[in-house]
Order: sequence, then C-alpha cells, then structure tokens
Amino acid sequence: MARYDRAITVFSPDGHLFQVEYALEAVRKGNAAVGVRGTDTIVLGVEKKSTVKLQDSRSVRKIVSLDNHIALACAGLKADARVLINRARIECQSHRLTVEDPVTVEYITRYIAGLQQKYTQSGGVRPFGLSTLIVGFDPYTGVPSLYQTDPSGTFSAWKANATGRNSNSMREFLEKNYKETSGQETIKLAIRALLEVVESGGKNIEVAVMTREKGLKQLDEAEIDAMVAEIEAEKAAAEAAKKGPPKET
Amino acid sequence: MKLDTSGLESTSPFFGSGDELCPELSAAPSFSLPLSTDFDEFQKDTKATLKHAKGTTTLAFIFKEGVMVAADSRASMGGYISSQSVKKIIEINPYMLGTMAGGAADCQFWHRNLGIKCRLHELANKRRISVTGASKLLANILYSYRGMGLSVGTMIAGWDETGPGLYYVDSEGGRLKGTRFSVGSGSPYAYGVLDSGYKFDMSIEEAAELARRAIYHATFRDAASGGVASVYYVGPNGWKKLSGDDVGELHYHYYPVTPSTVEQEMAEVAGA
Repeated sequence: MARYDRAITVFSPDGHLFQVEYALEAVRKGNAAVGVRGTDTIVLGVEKKSTVKLQDSRSVRKIVSLDNHIALACAGLKADARVLINRARIECQSHRLTVEDPVTVEYITRYIAGLQQKYTQSGGVRPFGLSTLIVGFDPYTGVPSLYQTDPSGTFSAWKANATGRNSNSMREFLEKNYKETSGQETIKLAIRALLEVVESGGKNIEVAVMTREKGLKQLDEAEIDAMVAEIEAEKAAAEAAKKGPPKET
Repeated sequence: MKLDTSGLESTSPFFGSGDELCPELSAAPSFSLPLSTDFDEFQKDTKATLKHAKGTTTLAFIFKEGVMVAADSRASMGGYISSQSVKKIIEINPYMLGTMAGGAADCQFWHRNLGIKCRLHELANKRRISVTGASKLLANILYSYRGMGLSVGTMIAGWDETGPGLYYVDSEGGRLKGTRFSVGSGSPYAYGVLDSGYKFDMSIEEAAELARRAIYHATFRDAASGGVASVYYVGPNGWKKLSGDDVGELHYHYYPVTPSTVEQEMAEVAGA
C-alpha cells in the first residue's frame, strides 16, 4: 500500500490546507441546515430540495438520531455523512458497553470531530465534505446542547447556528432574533430562520424536535404547514402594526 | 500457532484508538503458542501447576453511610509467609479503592493502570468516572487476558454521583454488582462474621468494628491470612483509612486473658 502513503492534504506555502478549504466549499453548496437550542427543546431544520416525483422521500431522511438522546443534521456530501453517522452510532453503543453509560453530546461531538480531523492528516484519503449540527440532552444533567463540527475537525457549542447554503444570511437572522425560548417558540424560531432562504411550505423543509422526555420527533408536513401559516400570520400582523393604526377619516 | 487477538480489539478509544497517542494502553498483545493437539487440556495442566490460591482475606460492604473496605496483610508462598505487611487495599484515586487478592503483581499493576485510565477519562470528559465505568474498564481488560494466567480477585469500591458503589471483578472476566463481598482463602470465615453482624443502618464506627472483627476471625482460622487488619471507609468526600491493627493484638482485645484465681498459695511454714 506504499503508493497510497502520500498525503492529499498538505500545507500550502502560506499555511492553508486547501483540501480542507475545498471541503468547506462543498459544504457551502450543500442544503441549508439550522439548529436552535431552547431551554427544554432543541430543533433541527433542514432544507428539502423539491421532491423528485418518483423518489420515496422517506428513504432520504436528513435528520438522523445517533442514540436515544442525540440527533444529527448535516450539510454537504451525503455519502460521507452516511459513513460518519455509522461510525458515530457504533461509538455511542461502544461507549455504553465499556462504561455502562450513554454518551454526552460533547463526547460524541468530540469523537466525530476527531474522526474528521484524522482524515485531514492521513495518507491517501480526503477530508469528509460535510459540517454537522449535533444536538442532544446531557444524560446526567438534562442540559440541552447544540454543537457544530466542520471538515477541519474543529467543533464548538452554539445557542443557534446554521450551515450549508446561505448559512450566512440564516446566521445573521438568528443573531438578530435569538432569545431564550422554549417549546413551540423554539420551533418557530428555527423555521423562521430556514424560511429566510428557503421557499415557503411544508414540502421544502424537514424539521425535527428533540425533548428530554420524548426524544427525537420528526414533524410531518401538516404540522410544518401549520407552523408556517402561524409564522406568516404573525409576520403580517407585525407589518400591519408597523404601518400604524388606520388613519381616521 | 499464532493467537489471533483481532477480535479483542474494540472500537472504543479506551482500548487504543487507531493511531496511538499512548500505545502502552492498547489491547492485549499477541504471541505464538506451542503446538498442541488439545489446547484446552494444555491450559488446564498449566493452571494446575501454577495454582494461584488467592491466599488472603479481603472484604467490602455497602451500608447507610457509604462503603467499608477491609483486608489482611499477609503474603504467602505455599507454607512460607513471605510478608506480614502487604498493602492489599490499593488507592486508585481519592474516591475509589481496589482490593488485592491473587497475584500481587497482577493486582498492583492493573489497579495502577486503571487509575491512569480513570484520570484520562476525567480529563477528557470533565467529570469523574463512575464506579460502574471503572469496574467495567478493569473487567474488560481482564477478560481480554482470560486464560493467560492472570490471577486477580478484586473489589472496586467507591463513591460517585449515584452514591456508594461496589463491584467484584476477577481474572476470569466476571464482574458482579453487590452490597457485600469477601474474597480470598479466608473469605468463608469472614462471611460468617460479616453476614451475621450486618445491618444496613450502622454507624461508621459500628461498621468499622464489624469489618475489623470479620478480618480478625478469618486470620484466626485461615493460615494464609494474617498480619495487620486494615479498615478503610469510603464516603461522599472520598476514602479515609480508619485503622490498621495487628491481628495478634486484636486477639487479646476480643479474648482477653482472664486472671484466674490461684487455688493454693505456697506460703512459708513457720519454723517449729
């Protein structure tokens, strides 16, 4: 296997790892994904490209669970995602086996990020072309967390974040409108962020909600449409209020 | 015939993550074994020859206030007492203790190794490892060396977020959770005293006295146990050594010499 020893990810003269940066480009071309952390709820939302007619949409789940209390959404190369998710799922069970305890969100994020980093420093492989949003509740303290990893292998915790296509506009929206929320409000905030860059409607968004008691729950189209309708109504009311009360004639 | 240990390698980072940062902590090494038609019988003969009898008495039990751990301190090689002052209660970290029964080197080394793994877990996860987790790590290691002649009969006692914890782990790969254990050649005698005197609602002094008495009685009847009876207490703030009494002196404490009345006194007969 000597032919495959040459590393693909090497430093450029000015200190860049171009393969990693190109991987980030691949992420930027991937579907939009957003995650919002509330006090008792965490929401993941992903853009769904317009459904191809003959495709069974249930086989293209973009928000997956890694364990009972951890979920993941990603943007980028979906095939790479499958490999990473499988490794993470095995690690979650392996951890349960060796220390008889479920993983913490931080632990599994560190593992996934470590895996992504390994592929930037090995011979004959390329980096994973995806950024992930990992959410979950700490099995001991019940504290909700949202983490993000990227192809370089760095990770950090967030109150709310977006990745993939148009992530900058979504992040700007979240920065302007984020506040501590719970329950329905958290879901609405996530959908509102996603609607900034995605065509309105239940069939273009996939939303999943995680709560401490019920675990991960995927919202179906009808529920999403209902929320979207509520959001549109609130937006219209806000616009009307801004214009001021109708002038008395 | 080369022993294939690839099945023993786990994907868990604790067992040696692919590219090693600390290769010393990896899974079991592999080595060539002698050719033999009946491998199982070969192992049986070897074991009978070496016969590690686990000559010792150790015990531990959970009660209302925490965990009490006690052990003797005699090391014997067949009929020869090689030491009366062996430390059989090993301090893994400030809130966890391990007891030694079986091969002294095996117990000491693997307990130190466990201490390293526990510390690494703390540093990586910013929280202490549970007694469950620590005992599981040790049990997994011992299982991977199963059949290779390790002799370890240990109890892992500690206090973690879920309260007091006590596990029995041995070199056969067994791991049991429990509230009362005694390990070693003197354990039947210790169990007798421990089981008859045990109550969950004991104070720390009462529990220490029970542990001390159980070890003493085991050293009295078992030739391979003796020396000093050490008693440790594990509470919410970690472990603390309560006492270390020579069992010879304890004997007179429990069975003091009663001054017997002399029947006839020899007196000077007055000169006629």
